Amino acid sequence: MSAIDPTAVEARPEGAQLKNEELRETARGEPPFAPEPILESRLQRSLREAALTAAVVAGLTLFFFAFRTDIGIGGLDLILQWPLWFVWIAIAFAARFVLSYFVYVPGRKLSDIVKRDKTATSPGAATGARWLGRAVGVVMLLIAATFPFLIETLLPSQDRYLIDLAILILTYVMLGWGLNIVVGLAGLLDLGYVAFYAVGAYSFALLATNFDLGFWVCLPMAGLFAAGWGIVLGFPVLRLRGDYLAIVTLAFGEIIRVILINWGNITGGPNGVLGIPKPTLFGLDFGRGEGSFSDFFGIPYSSIHRFIFLYYIILLLALLTNFVTLRLRKLPIGRAWEALREDEIACRALGLNTTNVKLTAFATGAMFGGFAGSFFATRQGFISPESFTFIESAIILAIVVLGGLGSQLGVVFASVVMIGGIELLRHLTILQAVFGSDFDPTQYRMLIFGLAMVGIMVWKPRGLISSRSPSAIYKEKKVIGADLVAQGEGH
Amino acid sequence: MSQTPSNLAAGPAASAAALDRWHDDPVLSVEHLTMRFGGLTAIDDLSFSVGRGDITALIGPNGAGKTTVFNCVTGFYKPTEGRIALRRGRGIADETIRDLTASGAQHGRDANGEVFLLERMSDFRITATAGVARTFQNIRLFGGMTAFENLLVAQHNVLMRASGYTIGGLLGLPGYRRAREAARERAIYWLERTRLIERADDPAADLPYGAQRRLEIARAMCTGPALLCLDEPAAGLNPRESAELNDLLKYIRAEHDVSVLLIEHDMGVVMEISDHIIVLDYGKKISDGTAEQVRTDPRVIAAYLGVDDEEVDQVEEDLDHEEDEAAARSATGGAR
Amino acid sequence: MEYFLQQLINGITLGSIYGLIAIGYTMVYGIIGMINFAHGEIFMIGSFIALTTFVALALLGITFLPVVLLIMLIVAMGFTALWGWAVERVAYRPLRGSFRLAPLITAIGMSIFLQNFVQVTQGARVKPLPPQIQGGITLMQGEFVNVQLSYVQILIVVTTVVLMAGFTLLISRTSLGRAQRACEQDAKMASLLGVNVDRTISLTFVMGAGLASVAGLMFLLYYGVIDFYIGFLAGVKAFTAAVLGGIGSLPGAMLGGLAIGLIETFWSGYFSVEYKDVAAFSILAIVLIFMPSGLLGRPEVEKV
Repeated sequence: MSAIDPTAVEARPEGAQLKNEELRETARGEPPFAPEPILESRLQRSLREAALTAAVVAGLTLFFFAFRTDIGIGGLDLILQWPLWFVWIAIAFAARFVLSYFVYVPGRKLSDIVKRDKTATSPGAATGARWLGRAVGVVMLLIAATFPFLIETLLPSQDRYLIDLAILILTYVMLGWGLNIVVGLAGLLDLGYVAFYAVGAYSFALLATNFDLGFWVCLPMAGLFAAGWGIVLGFPVLRLRGDYLAIVTLAFGEIIRVILINWGNITGGPNGVLGIPKPTLFGLDFGRGEGSFSDFFGIPYSSIHRFIFLYYIILLLALLTNFVTLRLRKLPIGRAWEALREDEIACRALGLNTTNVKLTAFATGAMFGGFAGSFFATRQGFISPESFTFIESAIILAIVVLGGLGSQLGVVFASVVMIGGIELLRHLTILQAVFGSDFDPTQYRMLIFGLAMVGIMVWKPRGLISSRSPSAIYKEKKVIGADLVAQGEGH
Repeated sequence: MSQTPSNLAAGPAASAAALDRWHDDPVLSVEHLTMRFGGLTAIDDLSFSVGRGDITALIGPNGAGKTTVFNCVTGFYKPTEGRIALRRGRGIADETIRDLTASGAQHGRDANGEVFLLERMSDFRITATAGVARTFQNIRLFGGMTAFENLLVAQHNVLMRASGYTIGGLLGLPGYRRAREAARERAIYWLERTRLIERADDPAADLPYGAQRRLEIARAMCTGPALLCLDEPAAGLNPRESAELNDLLKYIRAEHDVSVLLIEHDMGVVMEISDHIIVLDYGKKISDGTAEQVRTDPRVIAAYLGVDDEEVDQVEEDLDHEEDEAAARSATGGAR
Repeated sequence: MEYFLQQLINGITLGSIYGLIAIGYTMVYGIIGMINFAHGEIFMIGSFIALTTFVALALLGITFLPVVLLIMLIVAMGFTALWGWAVERVAYRPLRGSFRLAPLITAIGMSIFLQNFVQVTQGARVKPLPPQIQGGITLMQGEFVNVQLSYVQILIVVTTVVLMAGFTLLISRTSLGRAQRACEQDAKMASLLGVNVDRTISLTFVMGAGLASVAGLMFLLYYGVIDFYIGFLAGVKAFTAAVLGGIGSLPGAMLGGLAIGLIETFWSGYFSVEYKDVAAFSILAIVLIFMPSGLLGRPEVEKV
């Protein structure tokens, strides 16, 4: 190791590609022709740009803010809301003016200003970030493990709600980790992941209600069913790449949902399946009376016990997903997934059966989706096809991509931000003071969700945590910059 | 079966026939290979053999169909016609291959070894079972993975079996642990051989160009091949790196039981290390023999210098009727 | 026979609508190689703008139908095109040249945003529009059913044909069309040769949105009800149409649209209405798996 010049390693940029990119960017900044002389002052320019933006916003929102159609007597009524429209035009004007006048510099693209400094990802910083990442991971794990008790001591009045929210977030973390195997590691863009979630939920629900089986018996079966479906749906799409794969998996997800709706005598049709049993702890249920958890341990009954129990089940399942994924990454199969993401043709040239590699990725991801689905079913006690729409797939995919493909910690962050953050909105009653008492913040959840997806992606196209850490090390672990890591097929 | 249809071999090469391993002990025999893409015939009835333990070079002007031959041999293309037989073992009877062809199977064996009919096999199986490894003209490394990881991926099949198809690996069984250590050893061996050990933990995309070329060869070697196919390994290398590459290939041939088939434009590399050179032009073989034979072949000179068609005809006539050695030799200097 | 003919007519009408949306997908895919996931929402926005325009015109007392339709068409095209432009500017342009998944995610995000934007501003309830163009030509008197060609259907098909003809001219004859085709082949080279790539891409989105808004208007006239959710299904089916026809090919998009429209109506007419979406989705999967280049697309050769 001593033969290496240590400074050379330190001075090394994140990659030849990046260097190229930088060169290109500098070149872009220097056109071969003399730049046009700036004729207008900053104020003039800012005003002009602000006016333009305001005009665009006016055009865009005219039919949505100024006019609103509503069903009235004898047809549609038109409600005019000019003030609302003008307010938004004014907001657009002001925002753009501020941006143009104070932030924007001519000749520089806005996205360049938004993007963070590239030198920040030097190898040293990356190594530091990795340790930070590990520390954050441990802290989060500790918090997760003690969360119900923290809540009980700190915020007992909100315990039910908060634990329920934590369960929801953890469900998405688990789904995100499951999908991360398919999208993040194997680089197969799957927009129909919710299909496996649905298969898991329905297989559990149907097994439990028809054959009177308990949660713990059904859970592995549901996972296996989902994995089987992963293979069944994975097989035909093996040859597809990139966007095509995405759209076919989306179609499969929708097909499964339509079948669930219409196959009434088995799946209960649009009404779904009711009366799904709750999980038990070694045969102890969480109800009142004889043979229940509280009875057995001689503690007073509290409905919160069930929530805490459910919380630990999903935490356990999520951690299992994480553990298995991390473990698989270091095994040949996981390395083959990543190699597939990097270059499928090279994989074939090395004797890897890419069909198997893809199918195992699909099946493994689907299995965890199936587990999560079972949990969802037992938690709700009721499922219907409505819970398994495309939007769910989109949310899970968004979590994986926003977190940073392949990053386990990133999925956690993204879930907390997207699911938790959106949920918080429900409680921003302060907004009612601004917009009037009939303002319902929950209405805006998905609206803001969509905007956040766009915003975060534009801000960080590689996601929150984008570096990759190698799965096998010869001597020294070095973090690999995101610019070197491929995203999968058809790039 | 191993008779190579070459008008040239009948002439001056006849005396050297005893030395021609590609006649006596071929590892790969390509017969009547034809590849058409729509109306375009990229390879036209091409036959050649690669001698066991030889370094064989496939040369020819751009667009001659060299890479297409590679893609047929390694299964990335399914040839329109022809047979590509890989013989693992010396002296496999021609009947064995004939029977195998008739039987429709991919793979057969006789007392002397195994035969694989590559044109019937899928690409990954050619590497995994027949033992043909390849590199690519435009390097195809797993850029986001380290050099070390790249070499481990190449040992996937061995490791996969050892890990009991993941189950044993998940449980951490000792069999897998041993296999993993062996894979590490092998990777480290090849990293050392290719002078990449210092950069073992660097992402492959970060390596300099020459190092990437070497890593690709190391990765191909990690699959444990019998035949190593290199697509322009010296492209983009500086003279020092080219010389190193020569040494590496000679080392591979000497120390490992591997035959090398390479496509190359760098005549310095080709002439120095090749035991056997096959020259393609417009999908046809125009010359086949040792470096010396090919160098003096007027057809090769004509193809490389791009003389007029009449001149080619003229040259061919010359060759057929009178051996105008002097003229050919004086032109050789120009060709190089 | 009568039933068959009737389904054929219905299928062609539906197919025209899908075809118009599909052109937007195919053009965008051709030029920047991404699925514009928000395109279905653009179609939905187009139909909402058309509806609002109609109600506003009625309030103003303009009821002469041809004038009303013309104004609806122009207003919807104009304002929807602005939406198309804005979506590209905000969600896709900053990510041009970035890694491939990013624009797909922003597209999905945009789609979610637009859907909810319309839901919030226009309400979640279904908006009915009483049938404006009534009557039709009875082509055939059958024993049980008559074959009806309604005026709306004629209007839809004729408008589609006229638009398609104009559009084909635009693409094949004008310098804009040439710039577009150049960007499709090689955006970098095109920009070196003086083509304003950003502007060309913007115009592609604008044109796609314009056509989608026409489809939205027709959907409104044909079905008489719209809601904020119509974009998703129509979008996926139109994308299927684009793929079926061969993505990147304009006549292919139209052909694919017709095929999907016909398959869907015949499936509903002869098998089951419930599974009509399954039919469309299955066709998408089957086409992509067995015929990835579609009916009129260029085959893609794997480069080794």
